[in-house]
Formats: sequence, structure tokens, C-alpha cells
Amino acid sequence: MADQFSLAGSVFSSRLIIGTGKYRSFDVMKAAHAASGAEMVTVAVNRVPLDGKTESFLDHLDPKMQILPNTAGCYDADHAIRTARLAREALQTDWIKLEVIGDPITLLPDNEQTLEAARVLVGEGFIVLPYFTDDLIMAKKLLDAGCPAVMPLAAPIGSGMGVQNPSNLRIMREQLPDAIIIVDAGVGVPSDAAIAMELGADAILMNTAIAESKDPAHMATAMKLAVEAGRLGHLAGRMPKRLYASASSPIEGAIR
Amino acid sequence: MITIILNGESRQLDNEVDLDYLIDLFSLPRNLVAVELNKTVVRRSDWPDTIVNDGDRLEVVHFVGGG
Repeated sequence: MADQFSLAGSVFSSRLIIGTGKYRSFDVMKAAHAASGAEMVTVAVNRVPLDGKTESFLDHLDPKMQILPNTAGCYDADHAIRTARLAREALQTDWIKLEVIGDPITLLPDNEQTLEAARVLVGEGFIVLPYFTDDLIMAKKLLDAGCPAVMPLAAPIGSGMGVQNPSNLRIMREQLPDAIIIVDAGVGVPSDAAIAMELGADAILMNTAIAESKDPAHMATAMKLAVEAGRLGHLAGRMPKRLYASASSPIEGAIR
Repeated sequence: MITIILNGESRQLDNEVDLDYLIDLFSLPRNLVAVELNKTVVRRSDWPDTIVNDGDRLEVVHFVGGG
């Protein structure tokens, strides 16, 4: 049976969502995108350079990919809301990855401003996918605000540190069994992605782990497999952890 | 002479112009961009009827790589 991922009326076969930033070239990006199997990619909204040197970034994306614009670089709700509206105008999409950053060193989210922006944007008909700190109460508030999914961080953006607080993700999964949880940011290696999926994430959004690897196409393949493996492991249900050993072979009947 | 702020940079124009004209004046890629005038999005279909005045702040954006 196909394990499809439904989000706000769209159905995806892949549970990997990937970024378009930091690639060494468009060709490298395209190869990585193809290898990843991802069906949705993020893009950023940015000022057009006034020197006339502009090309259509979107032309370098597989037209089958759903485009998820983000509000990266916004430090308050007002800027994020304005960026979302511009993205909607340019792309004719209601989807927005809401990102309101708290400070430039950690790029940690400003949850308060994120919630404020989410409420406004949901009211304007946006499909708001909010990036936020991995906090259960905040997740509840964002879902109550009308977000169709929540996107807790695994670790700071671009840090590659992996899931820093597995307990928080596990608690979020257990307490919000029906919510769509997409782990966004902080994955560094395939095992990080597998861990996040094993903990019950519905999908993972990543950029740097693939783009900054030595071979992005191979890393994209590895991430695809890791997300699939972690998902299957989660569905299969893990064995309990024990402090002491539990023999796999029969003790009785061994020769003496 | 009027002064506008276009993508954070001060620019002088001989007189007030409509937004549609301004996009071409600065050779901006009209099919790729979205425009905000004084913090409000101006739909593409409204560009010809939108006059850019002295002191107006414009943001003209497009998409770039990001995560």
C-alpha cells in the first residue's frame, strides 16, 4: 500500500521537501532535486537587482515540483506578512513557509511573531506552514490558528546538528497524533533524517545538508532513502528499550 | 523632479509615472516580479493605473534559491 502524505488537499508520494539555496550551480541543484524524489521545493523572495542582471530562477526547477515560497530573512510579523503577500502575487499560490527569525546568529524562530503572522495570513486564506521552536504548546497554538501543519526545527538552520531534542519531537507526536509535523532545519546527515522520521515526523524539509555536501545528488538519494527508512521504522513500531540484555537465542537447551 | 525609494535605493525621476512605465524604465523583468507600493501589493493588472509619486517606497521582488 502506498504511504502517501496528504497536506492541505495535496497528496505527495515523497516525504522529503528540499530547498534551492546554496547550490554550487543550477546543474548540481537540478541533479540533486531529481535524485531526492522530492515533489515540493522551497524558494525565497528577494529584491530584484537594479543592475538589470536578472534571470528566472524558477526556470531551473522541475515544472512538476510544487513551489513553496518562504519568508526567510523576516524579523517581525509585519515583514513576513508582506513577503507572503508578494509571493502570492508573483506565484499565484496560497502556500507559504512562514519563517520569522529572532536573531541573526542562531536564526532561531521568533515564535511570538510567527504566531501573530500565522493568524493574519490564515485569515487571508494562506496555507501557512510555520517554522518554529520544537515546543508542544507553540505547536498547539499554531494549529489552533489554522495552520494545516507545524514545522518544528531539529536544530538551528544550516547547523547540520541533527535532532537536538528528540524528547520534544516524541512528545509532540504523542500529544498531537493527528497533526502533520514536518521537521524543518538542522538535519545534517541521513541518520538525522531517519531519526526524525522514526520519532514520528510526517515529513522533513532540508536544504543545506544536501546543497553543502560534496556530492549533492548522492546525498539527496541518501536522504530520500533515510526518510523512507525512518518512516517505515516508525510505522513498524520500535521494540522497547531495556537497560539489560534479552537473549535472542534460547537459553534452555544449550549444551553444558 | 521626484524622488522614490526603489528596493531601498533612492532614485530620481523627471516626473510622476505609472508603475507599468516604471518597470520598463528600470528594465525590471516584468514577468518575474511582484511589486509592493508603500507596503501594499499592487496587482499586475493595476500597474498601468497606479501612479508613483514623490516619496513613494517601492519593493520589486522575484524568487531566488532558499531553504
